[in-house]
Amino acid sequence: VCVHRVRSCSSIRFIKSKYVCVFDKSALKFSHQQRLFRTSAVSCGQIVQFKLSDIGEGITEVTVKEWYIKEGDSVSQFDSICEVQSDKASVTITSRYDGIIRKLHYSIDDIAFVGKPLVDIEIDASKGVASEEDVVETPPMSHDEHTHQEIKGHKTLATPAVRRLAMENNIKLSEVVGTGKDNRILKEDILNYLAKQTGAILPPSPKAEIIPPLPKSETVPAAPKDKARKIPLPVSRPIVFSGKDKTEPVTGFQKAMVKTMSAALKIPHFGYCDEIDLTQLVQLREELKPLAEIRGVKLSFMPFFIKAASLGLLQYPILNASLDENCQNVTYKASHNIGVAMDTEQGLIVPNVKNVQVCSVFDIASELNRLQSLGSAGQLGTSDLTGGTFTLSNIGTIGGTYAKPVILPPEVAIGALGKIQVLPRFNGKGEVFKAQIMNVSWSADHRIIDGATMARFSNLWKSYLENPASMLLDLK
Amino acid sequence: MVLHPSLKNCLWLSCVLRAPKAGFRSTASGALIIQSVSNDVYQNLAVEDWIHDHMDLEKRQVLFLWRNSPAVVIGRHQNPWQECNLRLLRQKNIKLARRRSGGGTVYHDLGNINLTFFTTRKKYERMENLKLVVKALKALRPQLDVHVTDRYDILLDRHYKISGTAAKLGGTSAYHHCTLLCNADRFVLSSVLKSPYKGLKSNATPSVPASVKNLFEEDPTLTSEMLLDAIAKEYATLHQIDHHITLINPADEMLLPGIKNKTKELQTWEWVYGKTPKFSVSTCLNMVYKGSVLDVKVNMDVKHGRIEVCHIDLPEQWLPPALYSKLVKSLTGSKFCPNETTTLATTLLGVCPQDDELHSRWNLLCENMIMLM
Repeated sequence: VCVHRVRSCSSIRFIKSKYVCVFDKSALKFSHQQRLFRTSAVSCGQIVQFKLSDIGEGITEVTVKEWYIKEGDSVSQFDSICEVQSDKASVTITSRYDGIIRKLHYSIDDIAFVGKPLVDIEIDASKGVASEEDVVETPPMSHDEHTHQEIKGHKTLATPAVRRLAMENNIKLSEVVGTGKDNRILKEDILNYLAKQTGAILPPSPKAEIIPPLPKSETVPAAPKDKARKIPLPVSRPIVFSGKDKTEPVTGFQKAMVKTMSAALKIPHFGYCDEIDLTQLVQLREELKPLAEIRGVKLSFMPFFIKAASLGLLQYPILNASLDENCQNVTYKASHNIGVAMDTEQGLIVPNVKNVQVCSVFDIASELNRLQSLGSAGQLGTSDLTGGTFTLSNIGTIGGTYAKPVILPPEVAIGALGKIQVLPRFNGKGEVFKAQIMNVSWSADHRIIDGATMARFSNLWKSYLENPASMLLDLK
Repeated sequence: MVLHPSLKNCLWLSCVLRAPKAGFRSTASGALIIQSVSNDVYQNLAVEDWIHDHMDLEKRQVLFLWRNSPAVVIGRHQNPWQECNLRLLRQKNIKLARRRSGGGTVYHDLGNINLTFFTTRKKYERMENLKLVVKALKALRPQLDVHVTDRYDILLDRHYKISGTAAKLGGTSAYHHCTLLCNADRFVLSSVLKSPYKGLKSNATPSVPASVKNLFEEDPTLTSEMLLDAIAKEYATLHQIDHHITLINPADEMLLPGIKNKTKELQTWEWVYGKTPKFSVSTCLNMVYKGSVLDVKVNMDVKHGRIEVCHIDLPEQWLPPALYSKLVKSLTGSKFCPNETTTLATTLLGVCPQDDELHSRWNLLCENMIMLM
């Protein structure tokens, strides 16, 4: 009787859900209707009122906390619809139907009632309506193994879309491992199964390898050649790629980078590169490392690089300057606040060591330790991140030799340090020896700095590092 | 109590966890007791998710025992700014996690044990679980005055809360988890669970503060291990299974396929902070500048953890209007997070005129704004 009613009223949208959405008691009766529904040809979608099911413990009302869908979205069976909360229990409500959400009966923070409609879903009637139980058994059909994916006692959960995909690819659902909720088979599982089956690119599938036997009259020696030519190309299996483009707004750290780099673009950069022989410095650091450790400080190479840069800036103060917006004035900064580029989880940050000109190598090392630990904990303050006048970027810790660093406004110069490599070099006597070589790449603002200045600064910096003892003469 | 860390056990456990629906017929069990070897709150929460999503609880129920190194765990629909002192958490390196069940905020450390009772939705029954815990406690120490309230708390001496409860219900399965205070650091507990943030208005689930006490304070002979054991024993008796606890490693991708992704998801900013229900901040910054105090009214709307709307009521011309509007524009859409705000603020400063006065005003304003986060 119910079914007839539906058929005859195909043009009227069903609001009364009595015959369409029933509770457990009439599930048995319903499953018969279900089969009939599947084969019937009702043309338009019916609106089904999906009611809030029993939460247990006698709870009658809950608060709606979050919607996972909005009106107009299409949902599949088992998709999460919303999250409701009742007395310390958070409940995820999942859809029982495939269809399109037509109406949300509640807003966030509203009280929803058990047994009352939660959402209205428009079902595409040709897809059929699922039974009231959450676990769906597809009714066994007489033919075609692929449409009834039920092995003895083994229920396979999969949405109709997934079943179709399996069928199109000649896959038995029972052979696929489901990684979804309740061991449900997801589209990804079918694709993974396919990938395993098809291997890298050209799989020899049993079907494709059946080469029709050559008629005996054909030349036998030619057979191997023919066989070679007849290597079957698997055309039948479509390579399905389910990746989707993802667009997100630029915010946070990326936004900051966009701003900085857009401003940097206005600066005409020129580059100057060189290689530094750090053999002596490497030895020196080995000697000093334990002394620093006793004092509780980790000593890397950076403190030496930073101090040497500061000594160089004393001779070439234009590299520690700032050009105003209209390029009218150059300000020579008294403090050498040398920035150190740091790579954190969120992205690039550049804290600086203040007043390097009056700091010892040990002071610098200790300050670097402090900045590094704050940086990795995401706790650097504004004072640590502002006021820089010159920057060094040790990209070599990650890798690389030469680079083309971008100047961070309002500064006018920056240096990128590559990794230290052990390379063969010639010494004064013409002998080959093992040298610890590091490359440096400088970029400078060509509006106020010329190549010669940059080169001379670099040479001075290089000489301090190649012969660390010479730093002693100029240390302040 | 017997522990079976043998290979045979691992294979058995793997079968139990992986192929529940293939009609795995075991010898006796209608239940399973497992304990995590990890103290990482995210890994342990991920195990809960995994069991909830992948195990067939129709054939067997599960009791999961776990402990965490210091962490604050907020409920699914809560606001971390409202619930705890985020600044203090960051300083002390205490983790912040958002669980998937409802309820209020708790502080975990190794002196607190967590129990999760997994059942089908039909067999979901919190009161029974808690009564089991009380029964176990009384069996261990008959003189303990512990009872379950109708708010699903367990009280010691009719006054002190020693256990809080939360639950999660999904498609076909459900879990009820609760804490049990054995010997947690009460000093840290009370200081981290006190929020310093003012002017927050939100519909997030608020926590109900309660006086707490450790069972250890009542009876110094009690240890976490003893309590875990007693509860496991009681559960085993109820379900007529062997009193043995199977150890489980939450990092084992072979045993729990997909667990790494679940663990990662729980640690993302989008989950921990981004799932905060919409809230507004309406407060006044008292900035001390050159001997005088400036009252700066700030109004912000935060949705999905990001600043949707931002109004800062500065005295006219205190900052150049162009720079001020750049700041507001930058903040809009960015995370309500001190780290991100610091980066944005310092970057903006880099691309504007080099004026010391301006710099100090800017830094003052930004530091005060960051204090709100």
